Amino acid sequence: MQAKKRYLILLSAGACLVLLSYLGGVQLPAASRSRHDRSRNGYRPDQPWPHFSDPLHLFLPWDETDTEEYNLHISPRQKRDVNTSVYKGKRCRMDSCFDFSLCHKNGFKVYVYPQQKGEKISESYQNILSTIEGSRFYTSDPGQACLFVLSLDTLDRDQLSPQYVHNLKTKVQNLPLWNDGRNHLIFNLYSGTWPDYTEDLGFDIGQAMLAKASISTENFRRNFDVSIPLFSKEHPRTGGERGYLKYNSIPPFRKYMLVFKGKRYLTGIGSDTRNALHHVHNAEDVVLLTTCKHGKDWQKHKDARCDKDNAEYDKYDYKEMLHNSTFCLVPRGRRLGSFRFLEALQAACVPVMLSNGWELPFSEIIDWNTAAVIGDERLLLQIPTTVRSIHQDKILSLRQQTQFLWEAYFSSVEKIVLTTLEIIQDRVLEHGSRSSLMWNSHPGGLFALPQYSGYLGDFPFYYATLGIKPYPKFTAVIHAVSPLVSQSQPILKLLVAVAKSQYCAQIIVLWNCDKPLPAKHRWPATSVPVIVIEGENKVSLDTTPLRIFPNLATLELMSKSFCLSVQVDFAFTVWQSFPERIVGYPARSHFWDSNKERWGYTSKWTNDYSMVLTGAAIYHRYYHHLYTNYLPTSLKSMVDQLANCEDILMNFLVSAVTKLPPIKVTQKKQYKETMMGQSSRASRWADPDHFAQRQTCMNKFASWFGAMPLVHSQMRLDPVLFKDQVSILRKKYRDIERL
Amino acid sequence: MYATGKYSSRGPALIPRMKTKHRIYYITLFSVVLLGLIATGMFQFWPHSIESAADWSLDKRSVHDAPLVRLPVSSPIPERGDLGCRMHTCFDVYRCGYNPKNRIKVYIYPLQKFVDELGVPISSTGLSREYNDLLSAISDSDFYTDDVTRACLFIPSIDVLNQNSLRIRETAQALAMLPRWDKGMNHLLFNMLPGGPPDYNTALDVPRDRALLAGGGFSTWTYRQGYDVSIPVYSPLSADVELPERQPGPRRYFILSSQTAIHREYRAELERLKEENGEALLLLDKCSNLSQGAAAARKRCYKGQVYDYPQILQESSFCVVLRGARLGQAALSDVLQAGCVPVILADSYILPFSEVLDWKRASVVIPEEKLSEMYTILKSIPHRQVEEMQRQARWFWEAYFSSMKAIGVTTLQIINDRIYPYAARTYEQWNNPPVVKWSSVNSPLFLPLIPPRAPGFTAVVLTYDRVESLFRVITEISKVPSLAKLLVVWNNQNKSPPEGEKKFKCPECTAIDGLSLDQTHMVERSECINKFASVFGTMPLKVVEHRADPVLYKDDFPEKLKSFPNIGSL
Repeated sequence: MQAKKRYLILLSAGACLVLLSYLGGVQLPAASRSRHDRSRNGYRPDQPWPHFSDPLHLFLPWDETDTEEYNLHISPRQKRDVNTSVYKGKRCRMDSCFDFSLCHKNGFKVYVYPQQKGEKISESYQNILSTIEGSRFYTSDPGQACLFVLSLDTLDRDQLSPQYVHNLKTKVQNLPLWNDGRNHLIFNLYSGTWPDYTEDLGFDIGQAMLAKASISTENFRRNFDVSIPLFSKEHPRTGGERGYLKYNSIPPFRKYMLVFKGKRYLTGIGSDTRNALHHVHNAEDVVLLTTCKHGKDWQKHKDARCDKDNAEYDKYDYKEMLHNSTFCLVPRGRRLGSFRFLEALQAACVPVMLSNGWELPFSEIIDWNTAAVIGDERLLLQIPTTVRSIHQDKILSLRQQTQFLWEAYFSSVEKIVLTTLEIIQDRVLEHGSRSSLMWNSHPGGLFALPQYSGYLGDFPFYYATLGIKPYPKFTAVIHAVSPLVSQSQPILKLLVAVAKSQYCAQIIVLWNCDKPLPAKHRWPATSVPVIVIEGENKVSLDTTPLRIFPNLATLELMSKSFCLSVQVDFAFTVWQSFPERIVGYPARSHFWDSNKERWGYTSKWTNDYSMVLTGAAIYHRYYHHLYTNYLPTSLKSMVDQLANCEDILMNFLVSAVTKLPPIKVTQKKQYKETMMGQSSRASRWADPDHFAQRQTCMNKFASWFGAMPLVHSQMRLDPVLFKDQVSILRKKYRDIERL
Repeated sequence: MYATGKYSSRGPALIPRMKTKHRIYYITLFSVVLLGLIATGMFQFWPHSIESAADWSLDKRSVHDAPLVRLPVSSPIPERGDLGCRMHTCFDVYRCGYNPKNRIKVYIYPLQKFVDELGVPISSTGLSREYNDLLSAISDSDFYTDDVTRACLFIPSIDVLNQNSLRIRETAQALAMLPRWDKGMNHLLFNMLPGGPPDYNTALDVPRDRALLAGGGFSTWTYRQGYDVSIPVYSPLSADVELPERQPGPRRYFILSSQTAIHREYRAELERLKEENGEALLLLDKCSNLSQGAAAARKRCYKGQVYDYPQILQESSFCVVLRGARLGQAALSDVLQAGCVPVILADSYILPFSEVLDWKRASVVIPEEKLSEMYTILKSIPHRQVEEMQRQARWFWEAYFSSMKAIGVTTLQIINDRIYPYAARTYEQWNNPPVVKWSSVNSPLFLPLIPPRAPGFTAVVLTYDRVESLFRVITEISKVPSLAKLLVVWNNQNKSPPEGEKKFKCPECTAIDGLSLDQTHMVERSECINKFASVFGTMPLKVVEHRADPVLYKDDFPEKLKSFPNIGSL
């Protein structure tokens, strides 16, 4: 027994020793071998980069001064001139093919050649021209112009197309201001024709810039040409449909993952990708359908798959797929761009691009990675895996961005054209141009004018993104329309009340009376500076220089408005939470009058509102700038002539920018007074003409904006504890309640 | 180690039954075994550090050990490089393929010493300190692979950072000799100082087939957008000088010009500006009394007065970065490091990493022709914008300019973003400095949408065991017209939820639940808030003084005309 145990132990000890020596043996030779190797050679080709530790030279020796020769060489001015003469044609850049000096005199002005009799112009091109003519950039004087646009239709340069304009070459050369195309902008949607679809326009464009659809990266002259989207004849001139996304669903997946429905070309340029789509189609959540049925003689080229494909194609409805898919495939057509792109964008179906070498629309300013998936035609088979790997948070954000971009830059011909012009203007102004953030975030580049300020914190839109707060002071602007008679006049009461507000930095009085200004001693003493601006007949904010508004918020008041400093304080604290909206007291509403087929205006007490009158409202200073610089002269002069509707126009503008309603804050209403009291007040509000004018204004404005931008709201913001059953002493804004 | 544990646990159980002399014998035996095992263990778990320590001391790798490669005169020369190259035409994407990490694999060729037939090396300097730093950083990064067959991008170890030190033809031949060259496909070259006298081309003159070029000093005519990468010219001072970050704000000087090799026409123009605006401008040049070299690079002079460079850059709001013979200037890096806003005057220059960086937020670009208007242009910029630019400039330097590592990794990240665009870094990730990243609020639902009422809402009711109040809530809430769905979450594992439609009535439920009045409850919640705030690093909650009510809330108005007459009566 004992011996047995002894053997057992010896055996196990032996086994243990063997194991030990085995482990050690394996380890040791390996270690010694590798060490041996390295010490023999010090270097082995297939091992990681060895981090050399020798003392090495600097790549730029201290004494290698850059430029002794350069200083002796030609002057920089000459060098610039050399560039200008060398880089022409396909190598045109703003530096070499554009005359900046034309823009410095009068700013960025665009001239459109007068239309020749007998020249046919397509509807799309007509839309482009009338957009430019209606924009703030337009000038009818070629001597003032910085940019020239032809009245010859260059949109369709496909020789087989009925829209093709012949003899363009001579027509262009004969233009007196052509100047080899310098400072000219040429719009084009289609170029080349079957079978190779070249990007040549069929006439010498000289040094002109191209705003062209389906442009390839090889031919695209960066920061010179502008890539525009392909749009159809039916694309609306102004306004445009809104995006289809009405609300966000979480998780963001739709019925289909990836869809496509379109032609298959069988042969020739651009056919490869579409011919291969059936490999990825699974008839479940990836539905990629093609049809061979197009053109006259499709039967001739028909291949083995055609009948099956065609049958499958007819089973699905395109619209249904578009609206129910998370991703939409946008493969190239014969040309690089296709209509599918804008369709997907509008439908909030994230485009998956399969169009190698397409310079995406407005690529100079739009960060397409935030709204589309840029695929590679060579990796078609990986596309399903790729889109499935995209996280749902990312899908949610891609989808929202499609809607933002659609509405900001693509929904109408006007937006496409204005975006093109703004891009060129940004290049011309260079140091006063928009940053990428302004182009790629709400409300977009068309509403964010860089001439206002280069500092993003001066705009109402970027506080959250930059993590900053609006400046905590405001400037009050009081419109004085009644003469100053005694201290009891409302204007003086108003002045005192506003000056008492802890957030008030200064007060500006716009004196619009026929009576002369009262003597100094009759003005009340205030703790904040009061500036009085006197005007002959009409002083409006439109004409008031912005220099005197150092603070970002503007409180605008009519002399008749009655308010307490506590109301002002409260409205201002609310505004700080909503700096991009109008925050104020008197609210109005709009409605669609189906009998008259026009918009109606109402001041009745309703359960909702869409406007807050600027007679007592706080809004961001930037909107003044936008009012003056964004809106066309036609609307502004209409407002001036009527001396009415300015506040409606401001509400239209702000809602068009924010896509949100204004905000109404607490106001004590005297029901009886408004019902019958209006006539007793000798107010122009009671004037029926005045009211009719406002109706007309609304309809004028809506037609200029192309759609009704106003949005209804049912919400009013009151102080917390407002009219709650607690002691009035606990309420900070108790005076609002007491009124 | 596992074996050790097993033996020592079995040992003591056997020992008591043995004779004493045997016992001693066995104990000795076991100790030997144990010691042996421990020794083995040590060997197994420590060998790496032992080895690397040995490497460190025994065989420091030296560039002199690199194998010599002789280039025959007739060795092929690559083509000049195609200006039409783009990722989809000149880059083999199949090498990168799909991978769940969406990260490219980068291979670095081992160092070789190329010489011509006479034994003269192709480069006067060989591997430079900067290029060694760059390759070392890449080899330490996640992009690196030492497996050439899995690589998507290849980086030659031939140093072409400075064209001046290269023999163009022979360097090109050496590139073509690389085993995987294949017309330069998927090869990446780093060059910071392109061109040479007299014309100074803006891209590397070495013929390179389809290779991608990460170049400092591209002009709009040589840069292949979406293919090449524009990189900064590294400033050697970055490694030597430490400039502490300065708070953004006004500085002693308004504009500072510190470059030494400015064309005399431009210097004359600057002098004129100085005459007009006096003290606001500081115009420095090299010091005439100092010999050249590292020390001279650290000094600047104005009328005999000596200033420390780059420290003096911190004393100015704006710093001029004028083109020299080349468009790319190392001074840009110094200026950014100092948190001074660069005023860039270099027509047609492609700014470093312009594909991802928003330079409009960190610099002012002025056409060379407008140098004389510089002062007026800069004066028109609001103070707060200048401050933001100062902060942004410093951040760009820290993140993308400060070392060869930063430059190399950024370049690879940009190429990576092109190959996996759906996983690319965002504008915010590239451009927002950490302070903005922390304080900014980016709502996941950023689109201003007012959802329609039609789909209604889903009510989620959380409950534990108070069935009666649950029923009351359900009864009340089911009256709401826009309710689409009601979800009850039963939070009680000990009790199953009530079955069926017992009775949806609650005669005497008490409305107020006592919880919120309980003192300890409040204390607990305060603790929670403090805990959360410390985890977030900041207090994200904001205080407002307003509350949303219906438009006609408590107005003196007939109740029957109000949309929500009952609100406030609860």
